[in-house]
Amino acid sequence: MLQNILDFVFGRLKPSDFVHDPIMAGAGFAMVGALILAIIGLTYFKKWGWLWRNWITSLDPKKIGVMYILVSVIMLLRGLADALLLRAQQATDGSAGLLTSDHFQQIFSAHGSIMIFFVAMGIIFGVFNLIIPSQIGARDVAFPFLNSVSFWLFAAGMILINAPLIVGEFSTAGWLAYPPLSELQYSPGVGVDYWIWSLQIAGIGSLLSGINFFVTILKMRAPGMTLMKMPIFVWSALTSTGLIMFAFPILTATLGMLSLDRLMGMHFFTATGGGNPMMYVNLIWAWGHPEVYILVLPAFGIFSEVVSAFSGKKLFGYTSMVVALLAIAILSFTVWLHHFFTMGAGADVNTFFGIMTMIIAIPTGVKVFNWIFTMYRGRVRFATPMLWFMGFIVTFTLGGLAGVLMSVPPADFQFHNSLFLVAHFHTMIVGGVLFGAFAGFAYWFPKFTGFTLNERLGRYAFWNWIVGFLLAFVPLYILGFMGATRRLDHYDPSMGWQGLFVVAGIGVAIICVGVFFQLLQLGYSIWKRNDNRVGSDPWNGRSFEWSIASPPPEYNFAVIPTVTQRDEFWELKKKKHGSLLKSHYEDIWLPKNSGLGPIIGAFALAFGIAVIWHMWWLLIVGLVGVVVTLIIRLTSDETEEKMTAAEVAKHELKRGIV
Amino acid sequence: MRKEKKRDFRRVKQILISGFIAVIILGILAFVTYGRAIPVLDPKGLIADQERNLILLTFGLGLVIVIPVFIMLFSIAWRYRASNTKARYEPDFANHKGIEALWWGIPCIIILVLGIITAVSTHALDPFKPISSSVQPVKIEAVSLNWRWLFIYPDEGIATMNYINIPKDTPINFMITSDAPMNSFWIPALAGQVYAMSGMSTQLHVMADSTGTFTGSSANISGDGFADMHFKVNSMNEADYKTWATNTFNSTKTTLLTDDSYKKLAVASHDSSQQTFLLMDYSLYNEIIMKYMSPGDSKVNSVDASGTSI
Repeated sequence: MLQNILDFVFGRLKPSDFVHDPIMAGAGFAMVGALILAIIGLTYFKKWGWLWRNWITSLDPKKIGVMYILVSVIMLLRGLADALLLRAQQATDGSAGLLTSDHFQQIFSAHGSIMIFFVAMGIIFGVFNLIIPSQIGARDVAFPFLNSVSFWLFAAGMILINAPLIVGEFSTAGWLAYPPLSELQYSPGVGVDYWIWSLQIAGIGSLLSGINFFVTILKMRAPGMTLMKMPIFVWSALTSTGLIMFAFPILTATLGMLSLDRLMGMHFFTATGGGNPMMYVNLIWAWGHPEVYILVLPAFGIFSEVVSAFSGKKLFGYTSMVVALLAIAILSFTVWLHHFFTMGAGADVNTFFGIMTMIIAIPTGVKVFNWIFTMYRGRVRFATPMLWFMGFIVTFTLGGLAGVLMSVPPADFQFHNSLFLVAHFHTMIVGGVLFGAFAGFAYWFPKFTGFTLNERLGRYAFWNWIVGFLLAFVPLYILGFMGATRRLDHYDPSMGWQGLFVVAGIGVAIICVGVFFQLLQLGYSIWKRNDNRVGSDPWNGRSFEWSIASPPPEYNFAVIPTVTQRDEFWELKKKKHGSLLKSHYEDIWLPKNSGLGPIIGAFALAFGIAVIWHMWWLLIVGLVGVVVTLIIRLTSDETEEKMTAAEVAKHELKRGIV
Repeated sequence: MRKEKKRDFRRVKQILISGFIAVIILGILAFVTYGRAIPVLDPKGLIADQERNLILLTFGLGLVIVIPVFIMLFSIAWRYRASNTKARYEPDFANHKGIEALWWGIPCIIILVLGIITAVSTHALDPFKPISSSVQPVKIEAVSLNWRWLFIYPDEGIATMNYINIPKDTPINFMITSDAPMNSFWIPALAGQVYAMSGMSTQLHVMADSTGTFTGSSANISGDGFADMHFKVNSMNEADYKTWATNTFNSTKTTLLTDDSYKKLAVASHDSSQQTFLLMDYSLYNEIIMKYMSPGDSKVNSVDASGTSI
């Protein structure tokens, strides 16, 4: 009887699920400890109200953007710790017994999933939130409440993917969980369910956010800003969010079918019962390949802004850049099969997808040439964002060369699933997305704080990163040629791989030093902020975000600017018009704070926990909770509040802008 | 003047230091690579050899773009650095149809060439395509299990586990399937990989051109013991191979591979030892494939991750 009640309440959760090996338990305790410390701190300094009012319930995209970045940074540290463990295990060829194979497989599955979904995606949405409204001369996004819901779904997914450190286990099936390995037959535990539902919940958040920014860009641009007058970063965001809208539904459907297999014994992807695992592989990459470009296109946009600003020059070949972005976006849906040339689809099919893949190299190459030519006849200032740009071109070009090698199917047969492949996509994602994020961080940091980051520490971070990066990944290219496959928790010492693995491990350690310098740079810059105070336009920028105060007021623009040409702000500065602002202010409507976003996130989290642990009552609670909360929001009036013209004028006066 | 001198000195120092670091890195990489087997670049088989040549050709074509990119990147960045006030500054120079046509055009031509190479080589090196040779090919049926490889020699009436003996200069026709999660069958010294999938039969054709022992493995994660799924490929003279096959077939000590003993092998195991069998059931390979074909039967080979049958 008692057992029945326990089963009903806790599903398949048993006390033994809380027992972990020392490394995992350590990580879990560290996370819980940090959380408890944060709670104590907030209580002691009586900051709960401040946290709730200013951050958690805020619908200001700038606040939401900062929260995205914060989560991404924490997750980056988690993913980096995972990488360190993986490298330590392989540097000791597994004989040291640091990790069991099961634990090792959980770690690389978590590393990949976290880095893509909770670091890279978090960064791009953070940057979208922070930058896009002010670049297009808007006060807000199209759907402020939806924006909050997106973030809290993302946060719920983040909590779910870290929960296995405390309770249960994570998937051991890799970051894309190919069936039949990820089916019940081979993975009966909760691991794959954790993977499915953390991605599913965060993925729905990503889809909603993608729609939000797509609409924002199309509908909320300042008067006169036609599509071809948009800053190039906005173009990159438009193409990226367009891809999100088409790609993420595929992910949702695919994960949905996999979970139906696992929950209800269906046979979409099982090896038996008429299921087709190959279909899963096709579907997941039909999302997965566009996903790569969803991540990297905004990074392209950031680099375009950076190289143009720091060269004091217009972006070279703006039209080409836009055409290239669109071409890459469209082509990205026609290449998914290159992730499994080895499935035996036949020479005709492989040839088609091989050639389509190579064609993407053309617009990408054009972008590289245009970036380089933006510096031509410019005045290039090598501040940290430019260092990241230089590092990006070098790594991205090398990684692109490796990519072209793998786009030839018979050559790919020798590279597929080897460490060469691992090195390739790390070169592209670290060298592209992450370096882009770092460049953007240093570039836009003063906009949101009013002071710059310390340059010297930034340079130290960069050099450690680039040297560590080469040391960490060049050995993996060589190991690929030696026949070393990915995801090996141990290998025969006679293969002669250990030296290279040790070098790769040292590389990751040097990257960690780079990350340490970045954290130090952040802390030091905040500490010495009064030495680095700058005005609203420290880099002599080109687009509208530099025309407003640093940090920007909640309403961004007291007066919405009018656009007549590209780089409007830059051109106005040249004409010495000084200020864009007329002293005629009007009332501004801003969205009121809403606690319903985080509540929806909490119900979604409950739903996730329920479906993972088979607590069916909680599943109903979560589902009903989400729906009811949405109804409450949709039926409530007065979601906006007015800031009168007089108040705006007062704000602006205080800043001394008028 | 003095300041400029100081800056020049610092620049020289920086170049020296970075050069020194680069040399050290290259030295370390050379040290840990030198003398190790690099099967993809130093292949021992006909197919892998052609794949290596294709890799080098593509690499060369890629360099046609990559080298100018690097030269342009560093020379332009250097020439137009902010401190070089002698360089021309044209902040509005943002369009040049001719230059842009050049870098839309040149990559297009390179990709066109590469596309033709791809079309030809993909058909020529299709893993399903038999190797034309006057020598009678050897047929081997490879089955990936949890977590080991079973190799059936239907023509010789024998089977091996975790090793293959093959005659050199003879086409080997692999038929590949899986009685486990998806694996990938890869012998880098002989040819690129092909997936091993349950309920399906893929093919790979290879031919070794020298004797020796090569390593093969599964390149796709298939569960807990995946890292143990490597095997040895012994390439030998044809006479040695014939002797081995005949002796194995005739030896009374060879273990029998029947339906029942196969079921024991198919149970998840971390035992990656080499074994040799006398094949009793010649249609075993087809039966392994067919058992995934029957609709509704989801209880086939139910093995949980820890390796116990359920």
